[in-house]
Amino acid sequence: MDRLHRAILLAVLLVTMPVTLAATTRRAATGDPPPLPSRLSDTGLFHAGSPTLLHEGVLPFAPQYPLWSDGSEKRRWIYLPPGTAIDAADPDAWQFPAGTRLWKEFRHGRAIETRYIERLDDGRWRFAAYVWDGQGRDAVLAPEQGAVLEGGPAGRYLVPSRTDCLACHEGPAVPVLGFSALQLSSDRDPLAPHADPARAGQLDLAYLVATGRLVNLPAALLTKPPRIAARTPVERAALGYLHGNCGHCHDPAGALDGLDLVLAQRADPGADSVARVRQSLLDRASRFRPHGLPDPKRVALDGHSPSTLMLRLSSTSPLARMPPIGVQRVDDEGVALVERWITEERHHQEEARR
Amino acid sequence: MKRSTFTRAALAAALAAAPLAIPPVVAEEALVASHADGPPATTTERLARGRYLVTVAGCNDCHTPWHQGPNGPEPDMSRMLSGHPGDAEVSPPPQPAGPWIVAAVATNTAWSGPWGVSFTANLTPDPETGLGRWTQRNFTETIRTGRHLGRGRPVLPPMPIPMYRNFTDEDLEAIFTYLQSIPPVRNRVPEPLPPGTAVAQATQ
Repeated sequence: MDRLHRAILLAVLLVTMPVTLAATTRRAATGDPPPLPSRLSDTGLFHAGSPTLLHEGVLPFAPQYPLWSDGSEKRRWIYLPPGTAIDAADPDAWQFPAGTRLWKEFRHGRAIETRYIERLDDGRWRFAAYVWDGQGRDAVLAPEQGAVLEGGPAGRYLVPSRTDCLACHEGPAVPVLGFSALQLSSDRDPLAPHADPARAGQLDLAYLVATGRLVNLPAALLTKPPRIAARTPVERAALGYLHGNCGHCHDPAGALDGLDLVLAQRADPGADSVARVRQSLLDRASRFRPHGLPDPKRVALDGHSPSTLMLRLSSTSPLARMPPIGVQRVDDEGVALVERWITEERHHQEEARR
Repeated sequence: MKRSTFTRAALAAALAAAPLAIPPVVAEEALVASHADGPPATTTERLARGRYLVTVAGCNDCHTPWHQGPNGPEPDMSRMLSGHPGDAEVSPPPQPAGPWIVAAVATNTAWSGPWGVSFTANLTPDPETGLGRWTQRNFTETIRTGRHLGRGRPVLPPMPIPMYRNFTDEDLEAIFTYLQSIPPVRNRVPEPLPPGTAVAQATQ
């Protein structure tokens, strides 16, 4: 870890370290549920001692626009209690039943960490991270304030704090980010970076509806699976990439509405989310003003000015990079894709002016 | 949550009855109850408690630029809580030596330390450069998480997040209500700088 990262990490820890006593007091006052299991195997993912033997009802899934996580290999699972279903009446804000559990495993050669989300009986959600032992036998509950592990492509691996979990997952209307109508569409984007390829038997909307685990999905989304209504394949993939990596915070239905920066896509075609994203990005003044750039644009189309969107996606500084959590390395493939879209858009506008 | 017209009117009425000058805080304000076990506080009560909390929690120490007054350095209340002046020229910070690791400029609004250089935020309700577009949720989550808007970059020292995150929700509502009532000041605060970055280029 270099000096810069050590210094910033120290600052981050100083300002994010939870005050355990206060948190404990709050828990007691609100009558929270039993503590989180101390071992991952006790969360219901797999049988203790047999990490490859999943419990019945645990289903693997893969979003078509995955989040970049420093190049981690990832696997994801969901469990819905027997006899329950997700209500998809609002195709962009699914309501998950109490008892829903989701897991996401992060691997760098071996399993490093598995993150866990659970919906409680009272409707609240809780979040946790589990750190694997070196032999891959089981994982133990990480401290509430997170942890720094050695290893990973950046030389250190950051296990998120519970506060960091909330920062991303409590941004949008529903805290489940990768299990949605657009992410599970069977019309998968072939240009989506880092996505699992489409394959037969993959969990998708049709499967969920057919098995009764998804109800009230608008019929039109079955006959015509959700797809980003972009002008070109590159734009479709670029906007999908921004949706998967940035849309959970930059969502007009979320906490950052005041920024007027929309990067989330909607499965509902009536939402016209492509137009909203374009409107909030192209040639729009940036509220983030890097030093030395007096009047920056979020996406500059003049051919020579930098775009703050690209500066933030390409930054390794914790003070500037986006997304701000869970990333230490720049996603070169994702950055190149978004850059291609901006170039394509600039050419399109130049041609339109001729 | 955006402020309603009603809330704006109530704030204006409450402000008309309450002087804006910060010090001194009258003793009665220190006794405003938190209403944890009683009915919700009225806007006037919340405003008074917010003013009290902002004052005694030392927000003006760093978020109001200091100048030389008749009795020495003091907060320039004509720029109350408007953060580091965006048009101020700041030379590169001194290199730390020995046990000294932190330096501050004369306005007390820019700080250099192991985290880089931080510039104190504009807390006035100016919509473009301050908290005018923030919601109560944005403010509360910023203080609770130590991240900008509750989910962005880290809020840097010397902001005492580890202490302030222990404010009650009601206290944070009072503070935000008060901050939204003070005069807006248009002042664009520079972005923070990571360690080792020259400051001169950054400050006009």
